[in-house]
Amino acid sequence: MDVSPARAYSHSTFLVQIQIQYSIFSLSSLLEMQLSTKHLLGIRDLTRRDIEIILDTALQFKQVLQRPVKKVPSLRDVTIVNLFYENSTRTRISFELAEKRLSADTINFTAAGSSAAKGETLLDTVNNILSMKVDMVVMRHSASGAPHFLAKHIPAAIINAGDGINEHPTQGLLDAFSMREKTGRLEGLKVAIIGDIMHSRVAMSNIQLLKKVGAEVMVAGPPTLIPKYIQQAFDIRVEYNVRKALEWCDVANVLRIQLERQNQVLFSSLREYNLAYGISKRLLDSLSKEIVIMHPGPINRGVELDSDVADSKQSIILQQVENGVAVRMAVLYLLSGGRELN
Amino acid sequence: MNEQQLSITIKRLSHQVLENHINLENTVIIGIQPRGIFVSDQMVREISQLIAPAKVEYGKLDITFYRDDIRKELHVPNHTDIPFSIENKNVVLIDDVLYTGRTIRAALDALLAFGRPAKVELCILIDRRFSRQLPIQPDYVGKSIDSIISQKVKVFWKERDGKEEVVLM
Repeated sequence: MDVSPARAYSHSTFLVQIQIQYSIFSLSSLLEMQLSTKHLLGIRDLTRRDIEIILDTALQFKQVLQRPVKKVPSLRDVTIVNLFYENSTRTRISFELAEKRLSADTINFTAAGSSAAKGETLLDTVNNILSMKVDMVVMRHSASGAPHFLAKHIPAAIINAGDGINEHPTQGLLDAFSMREKTGRLEGLKVAIIGDIMHSRVAMSNIQLLKKVGAEVMVAGPPTLIPKYIQQAFDIRVEYNVRKALEWCDVANVLRIQLERQNQVLFSSLREYNLAYGISKRLLDSLSKEIVIMHPGPINRGVELDSDVADSKQSIILQQVENGVAVRMAVLYLLSGGRELN
Repeated sequence: MNEQQLSITIKRLSHQVLENHINLENTVIIGIQPRGIFVSDQMVREISQLIAPAKVEYGKLDITFYRDDIRKELHVPNHTDIPFSIENKNVVLIDDVLYTGRTIRAALDALLAFGRPAKVELCILIDRRFSRQLPIQPDYVGKSIDSIISQKVKVFWKERDGKEEVVLM
């Protein structure tokens, strides 16, 4: 595949820009590369150093994804099972792509129509799969703490792809990576997380990660969707007016409003939510500075974000998806390297 | 090797490469991260002066993800920057020390991810003879030395260490 001059030019300038950001962490990368944990269960178990290592490694993997051959052979001796007890398209595809690009073998397990429907316990299912010599488990489950339970009982390395309302660490990492890529920094960056904070594992991971790397965090949304003591628990700001939140922040990470919840008396209707808390183009343009718009997906167009905001040039939603594969490659690489598996 | 010898050797290597690839036609130079870069930077500077006003096509290759010892230890990945296609080109790989040959094997694998080169040649500053673990030999050698396994060859560069010399320890 020939690299056309235009693409080669943009490729090299892209790398020149990244060089400057990379040098901020380059001194730390001269030290030990191993992560402090065997699993990735949550951001709360990671040190600041771990986060820096993951983000720096993800930068190199993003470069790999620009090459004609987007594969590296690093994990060719590893088999990974994607254990998804909860439905997911985006996260599962992202993990599967990351695994395949590392040359690992992947197995997909979805709960519907599986042994789980026949009443097999989580532990039995996993032990059965592991005795077929599977080395790592990527797991999504509707019960908070399910991966932690598993980690206590099985020898394989576990990556939490979302557990209940607890954490979604790879989403937190890819959000931070995207923020750093777009703005050039994380320390001192003002990030507003807007939406249903109470039920969001993405928010939990984001808040903890951003605090660890020195960013300033604000959560915004209707009072019924923000946990009562979150300000004290994490030492963050709380705002019930979305305009004020947008005026304050550099980056707005907008969360999905779950359509099911409108029947739970937490807010009146989706239309009212959009009028009071949705972000419209008019609102965005009326701010005193250009902020970055992020969303973990899938977007409810017309509820938390209007279409023209989601598709605007301030939105990095598609870059988030692209970065997701690179970040997950980095996590898989770092958790499997440097140790004999099983 | 002291600073003067190092500089003369690099000049000689640059001339040798140019001798085989007149005007660097259809040829690209790729330095291997992280330490081959210091050698290749200097060689590219030298060659650019010799073939001016023509430009040298110069890239940097990181082989961390192609290493065969990932189960033993993790290494820091560095930048790969190859802003051109290597399809049907002659590639000159440059590294500082050739020891077991595993780095070069990894580099050959990594190169294949960028295209199919017409020819790959290897240019090495220090060749530790008789310690190869794979059948890999250099085409251009700065200095050949015999060393035992317990010894280490250290190359110091002005940009990084403040001095330029090669020592056997």
